[in-house]
Amino acid sequence: MEKWRNTHRLLRQSTKSLFDRRSHPNFQNSIHLSDSRFTHNFGRTCKPFRPYLEHQKWNPKTCFHPLRDHLEYPKTSMGACIGKSGKIQCRFFGSVATKTQRHPSFSSLNADDISYFKEILGEKNVIQDEERLSTANTDWMRKYKGSSKLLLQPRRADEVSQILKYCDSRCLAVVPQGGNTGLVGGSVPVFDEVIINTGSMNNIISFDKVNGILVCEAGCILENLASFLDNQGFIMPLDLGAKGSCQIGGNVSTNAGGLRFVRYGSLHGNVLGLEAVLANGTVLDMLGTLRKDNTGYDLKHLFIGSEGSLGIVTKVSILTPPKLSSVNIAFLACKDYLSCQNLLMEAKRKLGEVLSAFEFLDKESVDMVLNHLEGVRNPLPPSMHNFYVLIETTGSDESYDKEKLEAFLLRSMEGGLISDGVLAQDINQASAFWRIREGVAEALMKAGAVYKYDLSLPVEKMYNLVEEIRTRLGQSAEVVGYGHLGDGNLHLNISTPQYDDNILAQIEPFVYEWTSKHRGSISAEHGLGLMKANKIHYSKSAETVQVMASIKKLLDPNGILNPYKVLPHSLLSYN
Amino acid sequence: MKIMVAIKRVVDYAVKIRVKSDKTGVETQNVKMSMNPFCEIALEEALRIRESGLASEVVAVSMGPTQCVDTLRTGLAMGADRAIHVDTTAALYPLSVAKLLKALVDVEKPGLLILGKQAIDDDCNQTGQMVAGLLDWPQGTFASKVVLDKEKQVATVEREVDGGLETLCLDLPAVITTDLRLNQPRYATLPNIMKAKSKVIKKFTPQELNVEIKSDLEVVQVTEPPKRKAGVIVSFCGRADRQA
Repeated sequence: MEKWRNTHRLLRQSTKSLFDRRSHPNFQNSIHLSDSRFTHNFGRTCKPFRPYLEHQKWNPKTCFHPLRDHLEYPKTSMGACIGKSGKIQCRFFGSVATKTQRHPSFSSLNADDISYFKEILGEKNVIQDEERLSTANTDWMRKYKGSSKLLLQPRRADEVSQILKYCDSRCLAVVPQGGNTGLVGGSVPVFDEVIINTGSMNNIISFDKVNGILVCEAGCILENLASFLDNQGFIMPLDLGAKGSCQIGGNVSTNAGGLRFVRYGSLHGNVLGLEAVLANGTVLDMLGTLRKDNTGYDLKHLFIGSEGSLGIVTKVSILTPPKLSSVNIAFLACKDYLSCQNLLMEAKRKLGEVLSAFEFLDKESVDMVLNHLEGVRNPLPPSMHNFYVLIETTGSDESYDKEKLEAFLLRSMEGGLISDGVLAQDINQASAFWRIREGVAEALMKAGAVYKYDLSLPVEKMYNLVEEIRTRLGQSAEVVGYGHLGDGNLHLNISTPQYDDNILAQIEPFVYEWTSKHRGSISAEHGLGLMKANKIHYSKSAETVQVMASIKKLLDPNGILNPYKVLPHSLLSYN
Repeated sequence: MKIMVAIKRVVDYAVKIRVKSDKTGVETQNVKMSMNPFCEIALEEALRIRESGLASEVVAVSMGPTQCVDTLRTGLAMGADRAIHVDTTAALYPLSVAKLLKALVDVEKPGLLILGKQAIDDDCNQTGQMVAGLLDWPQGTFASKVVLDKEKQVATVEREVDGGLETLCLDLPAVITTDLRLNQPRYATLPNIMKAKSKVIKKFTPQELNVEIKSDLEVVQVTEPPKRKAGVIVSFCGRADRQA
């Protein structure tokens, strides 16, 4: 009876919040993606992602379905996880959910805590307002929702330090949050963790014009940094679709990859220093601006990619490449995956130093974009080819680069590697090509439910996985594969009209096992977050994970930083 | 029938324009340049007419310094058969362009001259009208639809005007200037880029065409528009200028 009552309450709560979302049309605009038409790299327009519900007729059955399952089949997924405090971790759209329980060692917020925070931060920066909390509690994909009651907005690193010191002493769990654009549920609370949002720490501290070294606070939005650098003649070494909302602190904490990775490499190489606050409030100043510094263990690398579980990044010092004037882009068609691979090899050799992006899409993903997005047309009519490749070059001499690219493409065409292709003649055409590639994720959201996987695989084997999943699922789902071929990163997406546990059972753990068998990574750039917290063993050995757990225990003995995420729950026992 | 299309090399539409510090003009060094969007539409229309069998040849024309050849190459890659480059470094205002076009029309004798309605750098919207006047040809400007009738040698042009759409019937030869909704230009495909390499670009100079480039216009100053002032919050709802 108790169980039923709790679920019923949750049902009503979830309906309420869904209603709220529908009656606040600005909700989706509060998480805003960039409309960057005029940036150096030919401004790809990214439209805001609309929630899945807005585009289907909002059907009460669709919403209640996962919870109805729960009521009827209490043994599966969520049945087991109603803890003493009656809080259930609810994956809205039902799936083989993690049996996460709120850990009893974490305290709950009380009035004293709130007054303490108000004292340090001021009234304005301690937020308990329902609406704002609701936004902060929900992730970008609308897949995860926490139930935090408090959002804090510190303005300086010393405020972060005071907050963490207090939370550590009180054993209050916290979630560091930046732009909240993560795709694995790592940026939102699981239960009632206090949200520490870095958005108010958004100053650019300094910029060295000679070397291109930018020092800024963690809450600076990526697109704003890119505009600032644009005026100085530099660019950010990373670029992603979420640039209008994502913050550099979050990018660093998740070791974001993006579209320029093949040219400028990972953040591990580009971040020269950072300042982070540990769980006990210690401020670690590792904010160097030196290219070379071999003094001792390079601790900053621990924080890059740790997804906020080892410390909160408050300042970043990053090396920015100079802006190069000539950008050229080609949209090509290949008849099979082998040609795409050979094209990649040739491109790396012949275009070498000017290659700045190499993306591939399969026929199904382009189909999806053409069907679900407006204002997009296939640059290569009339027929649909099997694979499409997008190549971008960035260099300093316009005519030289264009000649080089043209010569390479014509030779590839003669050699049979490409069956057709177009070269963008102006910035608008270039934007149109990028719109197709960047629009796949959006089109998938509009098509219905989507299961997203971000895998690193050896290039030769990459597409085999897509084909195998396609055979496994048959008619029940649309499987698309696209991604950063230049980095060996596949974005495998399975689109179905609705979320369905049967389909999920056919995908997982097959996908992870397949990846593991080929020594790939189950998370190339998105991170582990909540979604893959217990799956790390598919890509890392047990001993390695043990050492990771030891480091976590060392830096965060009470486990208050972003709990339930990144590392398997079994390894982290909280005292 | 031959079709002549005039295309202009301008600062790319998506680039953020900056004014030169000496206020003599807009910064064009190290800035991406491409074909004027309306000229792309003009060329696309010409190509479609040729593909429907009503014309035999499309000739693209551009005037200016050597870099114009890049824009002509794009035009050839889109599908134009030949190109003509009038090589000059002098500043070209619409009247000079119109005179040069007239001279070229006398040489090439096309049945149709298609231009973009205006260039996005100067927004003059004068060249098409001037050249029609000089040639004494009928003109259909701001075309949003063009239908040719070969037998009767007329072109039916639907124009976008302030009041709506106006349909004109022009005797050929005629001048047409294109507006945005006429068509969507094609991309330059690799096979066409390959073919374009062997296509001919003929060079002329203004002297050869017996046109003197002089201008009655002088650009005095180019400045940015004034920055938007902050809004003022009024204390009551109603006309701010009326006293209660």
